[in-house]
Amino acid sequence: MTPSDRDATGLLTKPDQFVQLVGPTGDRRHDAEYDRWVADIDLAALGRLYRDMAIVRRLDAEATALQRQGELGLWPPLAGQEAAQIGSARALRDDDFVFTSYREHAVAWCRGVGPAELLTVWRGSAASGWNPFEHGMAVPQIIIGAQALHATGYAMGLAWEGSDAASVAYFGDGATSEGDVNEALIFAASFDAPVVFFCQNNQWAISEPVGLQSKQPLARRADGFGMPGIRVDGNDVLAVLAATRVALDRARRGGGPTFIEAVTYRVGPHTTADDPKRYRTEDELAEWGARDPLTRVLALLGASGVDTAALEGEVADEAARAAAELRAAVTTIPDPEPMSVFDHVYAEPNSHLARQRDHYGRYLAMFDETDAAASAADGGAR
Amino acid sequence: MTTLTLGKALNAGLRRALAADEKVVLMGEDIGTLGGVFRITDGLKAEFGAHRVVDTPLSEAGILGTAVGLAYRGFRPVVEIQFDGFIYPAFDQIVAQVAKLHYRSRGNVRMPLTIRVPFGGGIGAAEHHSESPEAYFAHTAGLRVIACSNPADAYVMIQQAIASDDPVLFFEPKRRYHVKGEVDESASLADAKPMGVASVVAAGTDVTLVTYGALVQTARDAASAAAEEGVSIEVIDLRSLAPVDYATVEASVRRTGRLVITHEAGQQGGVGAELAASVTERCFEFLEAAPVRVTGHDIPYPPAKLERHHLPDLDRILDGVDRVLGRPNSLSGVEA
Repeated sequence: MTPSDRDATGLLTKPDQFVQLVGPTGDRRHDAEYDRWVADIDLAALGRLYRDMAIVRRLDAEATALQRQGELGLWPPLAGQEAAQIGSARALRDDDFVFTSYREHAVAWCRGVGPAELLTVWRGSAASGWNPFEHGMAVPQIIIGAQALHATGYAMGLAWEGSDAASVAYFGDGATSEGDVNEALIFAASFDAPVVFFCQNNQWAISEPVGLQSKQPLARRADGFGMPGIRVDGNDVLAVLAATRVALDRARRGGGPTFIEAVTYRVGPHTTADDPKRYRTEDELAEWGARDPLTRVLALLGASGVDTAALEGEVADEAARAAAELRAAVTTIPDPEPMSVFDHVYAEPNSHLARQRDHYGRYLAMFDETDAAASAADGGAR
Repeated sequence: MTTLTLGKALNAGLRRALAADEKVVLMGEDIGTLGGVFRITDGLKAEFGAHRVVDTPLSEAGILGTAVGLAYRGFRPVVEIQFDGFIYPAFDQIVAQVAKLHYRSRGNVRMPLTIRVPFGGGIGAAEHHSESPEAYFAHTAGLRVIACSNPADAYVMIQQAIASDDPVLFFEPKRRYHVKGEVDESASLADAKPMGVASVVAAGTDVTLVTYGALVQTARDAASAAAEEGVSIEVIDLRSLAPVDYATVEASVRRTGRLVITHEAGQQGGVGAELAASVTERCFEFLEAAPVRVTGHDIPYPPAKLERHHLPDLDRILDGVDRVLGRPNSLSGVEA
């Protein structure tokens, strides 16, 4: 790759190009600009990135199985996007704050969100699973692209406070068509907000191909908004880590926002309710299968002298334990108390809702009395 | 006591809120250097700086969405929507995010936003500048909706809205911005009447007339005119549209037995519909007649030269009063 392949913002100018440090076969590709950002990633650190990816892949498969068995209402699998999520989230500091969509399970893993915390919302047991301020991660966002504005506002606040922390907005290729994302890019640029826009271009927005959202590489849009854009191989964990570190460093130094397009692929369905066979081909799956984010890291480690069979076995055992823990945690999440349906609508007392709550409580109590009366009629036999 | 216009009272209230809490930030279009198109934020940017009084890009969704992020960070954003009819691009952020995030986060994330909206007609404005969208928000769980009608209330209620840990839609009667009144700027916020409590602004015994915002003055004028004919109208300034202070409304209706509600917004699914239904449920045995609504028509806001045929005025309100009293009125002999 030569400097002339890049435009003034560092963006690779040809649509099929991106920053890549590890090729699909595990070949280490040197890049003068990005190598230095991952100079600290030795074989042990690379092994840890592999471990992260392997475990989240296993947890994701377990969650899909749990949905099939009726333990979860719905599950949006992340399979295929492990490198994009682990590479970016492992670049973060604890005091950074992420605003994600609903598929960023690997980001949640990196932020220390536990299995029950992650899955309770998908089981339908609670509105959300974790305290955002304990993990530096907002509640998941289903409204496409809305969180890009939240990340931008949060970053504006960081800048006004003089903090050197940053925020990250995770969203997909489909979200780039939403007004909210475009407005977020405008606000972030105008206020030099320390925010990273991390777009996982996984090629599909349910059934709609990325070509319907954009006629050119998404990262090129950044220039129009007045910020640098980086197009990175989203299946190359090392390149994603490097690109995110570049963007975070710029944010921390007052350089403002960066747009990253991580080119990846959603291997599974949009959610467990989707059937991707209706809109994409086996050939395409095979093509992307050859670019798998995990196999290339194993290949690189193997070529560097690491005993990958041992590593794989060790990580597989750990992943299996994590999956068992996930299953146990999910199936023992207690069902919520009926009257909790009224909790947390308001932060302060509210006369209208208090009355409605009171009335519903009386209604429910009627059944208790019926049960008690029936029980008494049975002579307490029931 | 100081004599202030309603607009100046809001300005003074905002100034005090900015001074009281450094996490209060004002955001909106043209609110900084210009001081707002109605000058409600006049001078505040110069006094508190560009990071406290923020001129934003022209993007209502962007303003609300970034305000959500700022609230996540612990700020207390006060957002100005320039005109009522411009709020719709922000509707998703208000309804799906601002209103629900406290619930969605199980109480971990607070959204103490104040969303200021100059509302209502009567100023001969261009289209989209005279609307009354309050019912959309009163319908939305998680929001509080209030409307001020006079300078003294404006000064206190804007500070109460900002201090509230719940998101508040704060409707300002734009055609009353220039009305003057006495304001006690030294009064303690702690001693003030809570923003959720309605005010009986004129005592009466025959009919309860409930309204809010710009029509409070019109209703008082109607009560004065009716008094000359021997009809005693009790006027209630609702102040809070969500939740409604039913204690005050019910107490009045139980005495008068008759309820008239008036607002500029259309009738269907409006605040008056909810009020009529709830009062009927709660006070049925005290009612001498069915509640009457005197509202804007269910039409898009009309051109300026037609707005007097849309907005309830003194005579239309009194026609409604005649109806609830069973006196001759425009619908006599017609099944309403």
